[in-house]
Amino acid sequence: MIRLFKVKEKQRELAENANGKPPIKKQSPGELRLHKDIGELNLPKTCNIAFPNGKDDLMNFEVTIRPDEGYYLGGNFVFTFSVSPIYPHEAPKVKCKTKVYHPNIDLEGNVCLNILREDWKPVLNINTIIYGLFHLFTQPNYEDPLNHEAAAVLRDNPKLFESNVRRAMAGGYVGQSFFTRCM
Amino acid sequence: MADFVAPPSRSRDLDKLLLRTGNLVGSNFEPGAELRDDLQEYARILVVGAGGLGCELLKDLALSGFKNIDVIDMDRIEVTNLNRQFLFRVEDVGKPKAEVAAKRVMERVSGVNIVPHFCRIEDKEIPFYNDFNIIVLGLDSIEARSYINSVACSFLEYDSDDKPREETIKPMVDGGTEGFKGHARVIMPGVTPCFECTIWLFPPQVKFPLCTLAETPRTAAHCIEYAHLIKWDEVHSGKAFDPDDPEHMKWVYDEAIKRAELFGIPGVTYSLTQGVVKNIIPAIASTNAIISAACALETLKIASGCSKTLANYLTYNGVAGLHIKVTEFVKDKDCLVCGPGVLIELDASVTLEKFINLLEDHPKLLLSKASVSHRGKNLYMQAPPVLEEMTRSNLSLPLYELMDKVAKDTIHVTGTTSKDGKKTSCLRKLRVVFKAIDGVTDMDTAGGA
Repeated sequence: MIRLFKVKEKQRELAENANGKPPIKKQSPGELRLHKDIGELNLPKTCNIAFPNGKDDLMNFEVTIRPDEGYYLGGNFVFTFSVSPIYPHEAPKVKCKTKVYHPNIDLEGNVCLNILREDWKPVLNINTIIYGLFHLFTQPNYEDPLNHEAAAVLRDNPKLFESNVRRAMAGGYVGQSFFTRCM
Repeated sequence: MADFVAPPSRSRDLDKLLLRTGNLVGSNFEPGAELRDDLQEYARILVVGAGGLGCELLKDLALSGFKNIDVIDMDRIEVTNLNRQFLFRVEDVGKPKAEVAAKRVMERVSGVNIVPHFCRIEDKEIPFYNDFNIIVLGLDSIEARSYINSVACSFLEYDSDDKPREETIKPMVDGGTEGFKGHARVIMPGVTPCFECTIWLFPPQVKFPLCTLAETPRTAAHCIEYAHLIKWDEVHSGKAFDPDDPEHMKWVYDEAIKRAELFGIPGVTYSLTQGVVKNIIPAIASTNAIISAACALETLKIASGCSKTLANYLTYNGVAGLHIKVTEFVKDKDCLVCGPGVLIELDASVTLEKFINLLEDHPKLLLSKASVSHRGKNLYMQAPPVLEEMTRSNLSLPLYELMDKVAKDTIHVTGTTSKDGKKTSCLRKLRVVFKAIDGVTDMDTAGGA
């Protein structure tokens, strides 16, 4: 290809002084795939999505879940999503922004959901994750605990668990931890 | 006086490749002194990464006769690099890799000019990358490869028959190593598969379930990830963990040790902590040398045509004995990054709404309910309602204006397509060309800027 290089080098020297095209924003493959996921979102009424950085930053967004049944009925739980440029090769990073008393979500907002880590597959999408998160509120699971104490209470005393959840959502202490109101 | 004898080259071996013809040469190979001299004068090579592979690549390329080389790397030299990144010395620790590597090679190989760039690859404007004839990658991350790949593919243009224009092809040579294994590949965008066509070749990262870390750790790595992912946040609320800060790493190591003792798990060490947290697999100097040599040779082959190039993916395995295999992967014809996209000709007056309707009837697309994006700007989103509302006002505007009045450009559309009565969702690349736009733009800009 050296002949081609030679021609190009001559052109380059000529073009040196002329102004080039304005810098182009690069759209990563991850962004394109996410665009598809977002354009096809089919959320239940209990879930809401917001884009704090406006319509052109889809890589960072928030999902609010309002469970319509179960222990968490009436609560508002906000999750932040941060999506990598190599999505869907890598799962989005999801954190729970609302402090919640939950066996599978710790007090720092880490979420134990298999499809966010060990079981993530590129065929899954944002919709699947949101349904997975929703599922955590209708079916909290004491077998995969992140909040060990909450899991033990759910397993041994569901009635107490229920009242602890209500107290946390209404704003108050459960044990040593204070929860802000999220109803 | 032997006036007409070509002056002896410093590299006899190179002359054997470049001054004589052979049976395996590439098409258009024209051996001779002119080729050798042109290669030195006109070929401009960019080496991305000045680490384990980068040091080897710079040395190999310089000794292969390339004289115009640039190198880009954002890292500084660490003491743990010194065993294999042989251009660096103890007194260089803390200095930028790109600068030291360039200086050392220039000191040893006369006549070579290496320009270092101590910055992130994203910090350079896109046209910077177009100044090079070949881009050689010595990287350790998928993200960085994916980025350079999409930049190189963005220079690619297709003609109206969906054939790549040769002068717009930006060849890449990619090397990668992990311990005793490695790969070298040649990417000719539009001709051979690009990085994105075959991203599935990279195994997914191993991620442990968070609840295992929190509840039932079984290995040293579990203890380290617990300290890194869970304990760090608990103690340092809001402060981000920096894997390059030795104090942060020490903290994680100490916590991991405590955790391991609690559960009676052996094997937590400082270097394992670094390895797990930074996802490092021990690098082997000889693997880097072998892979870099393959990459440098391919670079020389592409530039000179002195041999057919690797087709197109070499894997090397030195774990037990030695195994090398070349696989010819195929291009994804619908690849969003290197594929031609569907060519669509439009009038400059067509509104976004009309365009979306056109896609429904386009024989190659049959795309209904399309969402449209252009260079990271979302022109119209069908869902969710919050985005639909924000983009609805664009529907009545001419697409040409929404695309910043560029006569031809790539846009992406997503939607549903029907095939054999079955509806599937899809994401497509389109090459939009506006008809007879030259006259219009001239008139437009005449009175304006």
